[in-house]
Parts: sequence; C-alpha cells; structure tokens
Amino acid sequence: MTDQASNETATAEESASRRDFLQIATYTVGAVGAGMAVWPIVDSINPPADVLALASSEIDISAIEVGQSVTVIWRGRPVFVRHRTDGEIEESRAVQLESLPDPEKDEDRTQKPEWLIMVGVCTHLGCIPGGQRETDPKGEFGGWFCPCHGSHYDSSGRIRKGPAPTNLVVPPYEFLDDTTVKIG
Amino acid sequence: MINDIKLRSAFAAAILGIMTGVLFTGSASASGDAVKLAKQEWSFKGIFGTFDRGALKRGYQIYAEVCAGCHSLDFVAYRNLQEIGLDEDTVKEIAAEFEVEDGPNDEGEMFMRPARPSDRFVAPFANEKAARASNNGAFPPDLSLMAKARKGGPDYLYGLLIRYHEEAPDGHEIAEGMNYNEVFPGHQIAMAQPLYDETVEYEDGTPATMQQHAKDITTFLTWTASPEMEARKKLGIKVLLFLLVWTGMLIALKKKIWAKLH
Amino acid sequence: MKLVNKVVLPVLDWVDYRLPVFSYARKNLIDFPEPKNLNYWWNFGSLAGIVLMIMIITGFFLAINYTPHTDYAFASVEHLMRDVNYGWLLRFMHANGGSMFFILVYIHMFRGLYYGSYKAPRELLWIIGVAIYLAMMGTAFMGYVLPWGQMSYWGATVITSLFSAVPLIGDTIVTWLWGGFVIDNNTLTRFFVGHYLLPFVILGLVVVHLWALHHHSSNNPLGVEIKTPGDTIPFHPYYTIKDMLGLSVFLIFYLGFVFFAPDFFGEPDNYIEANPLVTPPHIVPEWYFLPFYAILRSIDNKLLGVIAMFAGVCILFALPWMDRCRVRSAKFRPIYRQFFWIFVANCLLLGYIGAQAAVEPFVTIGRISTAYYFAHFLIICPLICKFERPIEPPESISAGVLEAEKGA
Repeated sequence: MTDQASNETATAEESASRRDFLQIATYTVGAVGAGMAVWPIVDSINPPADVLALASSEIDISAIEVGQSVTVIWRGRPVFVRHRTDGEIEESRAVQLESLPDPEKDEDRTQKPEWLIMVGVCTHLGCIPGGQRETDPKGEFGGWFCPCHGSHYDSSGRIRKGPAPTNLVVPPYEFLDDTTVKIG
Repeated sequence: MINDIKLRSAFAAAILGIMTGVLFTGSASASGDAVKLAKQEWSFKGIFGTFDRGALKRGYQIYAEVCAGCHSLDFVAYRNLQEIGLDEDTVKEIAAEFEVEDGPNDEGEMFMRPARPSDRFVAPFANEKAARASNNGAFPPDLSLMAKARKGGPDYLYGLLIRYHEEAPDGHEIAEGMNYNEVFPGHQIAMAQPLYDETVEYEDGTPATMQQHAKDITTFLTWTASPEMEARKKLGIKVLLFLLVWTGMLIALKKKIWAKLH
Repeated sequence: MKLVNKVVLPVLDWVDYRLPVFSYARKNLIDFPEPKNLNYWWNFGSLAGIVLMIMIITGFFLAINYTPHTDYAFASVEHLMRDVNYGWLLRFMHANGGSMFFILVYIHMFRGLYYGSYKAPRELLWIIGVAIYLAMMGTAFMGYVLPWGQMSYWGATVITSLFSAVPLIGDTIVTWLWGGFVIDNNTLTRFFVGHYLLPFVILGLVVVHLWALHHHSSNNPLGVEIKTPGDTIPFHPYYTIKDMLGLSVFLIFYLGFVFFAPDFFGEPDNYIEANPLVTPPHIVPEWYFLPFYAILRSIDNKLLGVIAMFAGVCILFALPWMDRCRVRSAKFRPIYRQFFWIFVANCLLLGYIGAQAAVEPFVTIGRISTAYYFAHFLIICPLICKFERPIEPPESISAGVLEAEKGA
C-alpha cells in the first residue's frame, strides 16, 4: 500500500518537474520568438535604403580656383569646400594652440593643406556662417563669421571668438583622385 | 463521443477549407475568352526559389537594349542593379549614360546632369502624352511591377512575348497597326513583337533564342516587381520552422496541463 | 524572492488598493471561471483580438512611411516595399492580416450561430459583435483605397456612388463624401484619417464586448448555462495554454501566406496606379465583401439593391429575436443543424457569385441565393423553432461531460 502511494507521489513529482521544464522551455521559446519579432519593427524606422544611398556625395573639385569656396550639400547639410591660398595655409599653421578655445592643429584638419572641407553649420546653435562669398563678412580672423550670435572662425575653420564651443566639423572624406572628393 | 466530435469538427473545417479554396481559384475566369497559360519552370518559384543571377543579368541587357526605348522602369534605382550582380563601378557607368534634371543653380535655372546610382531609372519619355505621341496613341506602360500587375504573372509575360502571330487566324479581325497575340486579352496588342532569335547577343554565350530572351526578361521583370523575394522566402522558412517547433512544444504542454482534469 | 516580497508586492498592493488593476487582472484573466468543455471553435475570439493588435502595430509603422496624397501614395507604398527596412514584411503582414481578421471573425460568428451564443442573456454581446463587424468593414474599405491602385480607386468609386441612390439628397451625399466631383485627393486624405481612427473604435467596442462576455461568462458546446463551480475551470492555465496553441497554429497559416503567397488574397490590378480615365474590366471588392456585393447586384433597382446590401448586415442585429428557441446549441437541434450548414454553403455561394461578372447563370443563381439568405433569418429560423422537437440537453455541463466520457 505504502509502496504504491509513494510510487504515485514519486511519479506525480516527476511529472510535475517534467511539466515545469516543459513549461519553462515553452514559455522561453515563445518569449525568444516574440523578441525576434520586435527587431523588424524597430529596424523599419532606421534610415531606409534610398536615404543611405545618399550617405556619400562625390564632388568634382577641378573647377574650384585657388582662393575660391564652393558650398555642396551632403546629407542635407551645407559643406564648405575651400581651395586655400598659400597665405591662408601659412596663417593657419602659425597660430598658437593655447590661444584657441578648441585647440586643434591645422594639419589635423586637412588631408591636403590647400583643400579645407568642413560642415558649414555653426557649432553654437546651427546657423550657416557667412564667408563663402567674397562679399560676405568674414569676421576678425579672415575665415567665416556667423551672423546669428557673432561666432568668428579662422582660415582653418576654428572658433576664435564668440559663443560657439568647438571648431567647424570636418566630415569624413577621401580623395578618389586629383579631381574628385568623396564626402561621407 | 469526444473523438467523434473532434473528428466531425476537423471534417467540417476541411470541407469548408476546400470549398473556399475552390471558390477562390475558380472565381476569376469570368471572361469568356480565358486563355490557358502554359506553366513554365522558373528558378524563383516555390518556397526555396531564388533568382538565377545569369538570367537577371541577361534580362537586364534585354531591358536596356530592347525595352527601354519605350518602357520606363520608374521604381528601380540604378544602385539596385548591384543586387543582380553588377559591381559598383559598372553601375556608376550605366547611370552616367543617362541625364536627369537638377537645380535650380545659382542663376535660378534648371540644368541636366549625369545620373548617379542613387537616381531612379530615367524614363524614355517626359510624360504619358509624349509617350503616346511617339507610339501611335498607345501608351507603353511602366514595367517595374508588370510581373505582379497581370493575372498569371511570369507565365503571362512569357506567353505574351512568344505567342505573337504574323497573320491573325481566320475569324479574328485586327485593326490597322495592331498585332495578333494569343495571350493578350482581346488578342490585339499595339506593341509589335519585340523578341526574335538573336535580338540580343549574350556575352555569357547562352544560346540567344527567342524563348531564352523571353525567359530572361521575365526573370528580370519578376525581380523588379519583387526584389524582396529571396529575403522573404529565407526568413519565411526560418519563421515557419520556429513555429512548427513551438507548436509541438505547445501541444505537449497543453496535453500535460489538461491531463490534470481527468 | 526577498526582493519580491519586501519591495515588489507592497508596491503592487499600494497601486491595487487605489486602482484595482492587479486584482482585476487576476479575477478576469487568471481565476475567471470558464465552462470546462469549450472546444477549439472557442479559440477564434482571442485570435481575432490578437490580429487586431498586429494590425494596429503594423499599421502604425506603415503610416510612418506612407504619404496620403494622390501624387505620392502609390510611390510611397513602393518605397515601403523596396527601401524601408522590412517594409515589405510590414506591408504583407498588414494586407494579409486584414484578410485573416475577417476569416477569424467569420468563423467566430458562425460558431455563434451554431451554438446559439446570440441567445439570452447574450443578445447585447452579439449586437456589440455585429457593431465590431460593421466597424471592421468600414476600416477595411477605407484601408484598401490607400495604396491608390486601380482597384482602390474604382472599388471606392463604385461603392461610394451607391449613396446616390438615396432619394432627393443622394448626389449631395456623394459629393459630400468625396469632397469633390470625383474621388480625388480630398477623398484619400479623409479615408486615411478614418482608417487610422476606426481601429480604436473597434478596440473600444472589443473592451465592451469582453465586459458583456464576462458578465455571464462564455457559452459552451452544450448550450447549457454554468450551474455550479464544478462546471468550470479557471481561465489560467487551461485556456491560456489552449489559446497559445491556437495562436501558434494560426500563425503558421497566416505567416505561410505572408512569406510564400503574399498576393493570394489581392488583385493584380491594384499593382497599377489609379487612373481615373481607365476602368478595369472587372471591378471586384476584397473577398470578404463579396457576399454583400452579390446581394447588392442581385436586385435590379439601384436604391433597393443598396438597401438590401445594408439589410444583409443589419439583419444580424435582429437574430436574437428571430430565433428564440429554448434550446441553444445546434448539438441538440437536428433540424436547425441541417439548415445551419445549408446557410454556410449559401454564404459561400453568395461570395462566389460576388466575384463573377454580372451575366447568366450567375445573376439568377445570385437572386435565389440572396432570397435564401434573408429567408434563413426571417422565415426558416422562426419556423424551425415552432416545428422542431429538440433533443433534451443534459442537466448541467458536468453531467454532459460525464455522459460524453462514458460514451467515448
């Protein structure tokens, strides 16, 4: 009698633990499935393929004369491409780093010294600094001047005076050949 | 008694399923002249189907050399050609052969520039009216979705391309300038036969028969209509396998839990 | 465990004392007493609810990438299919989910018809359900217009034009619906807003539907009310696991279509952009509207046809009063059971007719079928009640289950 009873409890316990395992396993597998189903939904609001295709722009720089600046659009923003004069290059390299609010060597901001490529968006609050055209105010340091709150950038695009905290951003770029630059 | 109920329910469900299935497949052939389409072998059919890359490349060549003169491919971008196996530089070259309007420039004028991979395929005509003017009033439709926009899909496209007749058979009058086609509804089609043997020369040495051309362009157009097909089927197999496993576990767990009642 | 006891449980109690969400959930989702003999035909309600969630979620993420303007709508759907990550998956899940929603709800309704779930005290439950069905039809109709294909445009033109049948003010109503002299951008934008809004009306109706359901608990295959707690089992774990199993099997069916036959329920013509100057040779509504489309076309008079079509849906509201037979379940009603299956077959036939061109013999068959549809509710159901001698149902659910087990 007792043997039978203890056998029954033993199998009941066994089947209880088997069911617990099956229960845990089934619910875990279900949760994993539900988790995997979330990814496509989340990914669908990542940038779509047509926006990613515009992630880089190839620019033909052969027509840009020395001393001339051109503005191109990259990822929806203006990018300043300047063919600098020797005077501007020398001037940029002569500046003492300690005098800069955001110290950065000119050599670190250019791959080829005569080509300065920067995102034309003021690092203060996002206005577009003037200075691309000869007739624009260029500020006290011969570079660019932001009319919104008076930030002055030098001929290397570094902030010298005014509320902007950092230098104009240099985007990733590479020279595909002497006449083409790929930005982004 | 319970088994009987389950059996009857399953039977009822099966009958309903079959009836609805029959109704669905039977429902659309209401037009009197329903053409029997021969079913072809396609590499992309079935749950494991994929697009034959050779066929896609040859099909693109046919589109570019034969169809693009009249038919636009508005929803395909040049960069999409990388998916059929063309490399980045080839795609840039292909795009650059076409011009797109851009602007305005600093003078306020619109200008033309070479197309880039990110641009969509340039259409042969500026608008529908221009297309009709160049084609005796007929409008060559855009081909991006054609494989899904016709009943019969790829089999229809293939049949249409190879079943032209030189002369309309007796009893079928066709109007001036029209062509007789067995598959096209109404049998009169404005488009002249586009494909013959050796219409296009294949670089990969595949025999350039009319049937081969038709197969290749149909494969290409099925890709333009469903570029997601391979990814969709791959993911589908994973999902269905997962569900089969999970269903098995659920059946076992359900039985275990309900066993308590008896 | 200590953390749960010392921190989590007291917090839950604090919330529950002020807003009894947790005890409410326990009462209605876990401990809720359900008849112990429910069969798999009782799975379809919860499945429909889950599909509603899927439709709202996929719809939300589709709407993020959709442009509701006639110049851009079709292209924006192609943008979704080609450029948006997993956009094709969202689109195919939403399109096929719509068809699935109707399949599930139709089975759910036929279950109700067979087992007498619409009878006292569940008349309001049934009526709320028919209201949900009407809201679904409105949602689906507007949603199908959004891709702006040929069938979207022409299907909408045909159905909205029906309102011109209203005497005196018909044309005014149609112009008002369209926001113009033809279906155009104004119509598309208002349909987009309506399509976004109605699912939340459905959601509200579902909440009321469940509230009504829980007041008297579910019906069951025997049609005999719960008499003692011995007739019931708690919803969890028995029906939670059974619903999960039903869900898993349903997902195989549903996702089978999504991944391997995504255009099965669709029309090729809708892959052609809407052209107001070219009418497709066969204008067909989506399959779930076909029976009512058949009813509409079977009556020659335009106004009467429209009235008949709406009557076809609205007659469902009257069902609890058409059939007041004391015995609920068709299990014990041998005559009614035959007529139920004939009714099902007739509905399928009506659907088939709806897809055919309006020529003979389909027109005549359609007329007979339409007449039979109404006759089932207005004549057959009341008459059966008078003349049928039903089998006596068991005293209770427990008695019925015991009988069944003995017989097995």
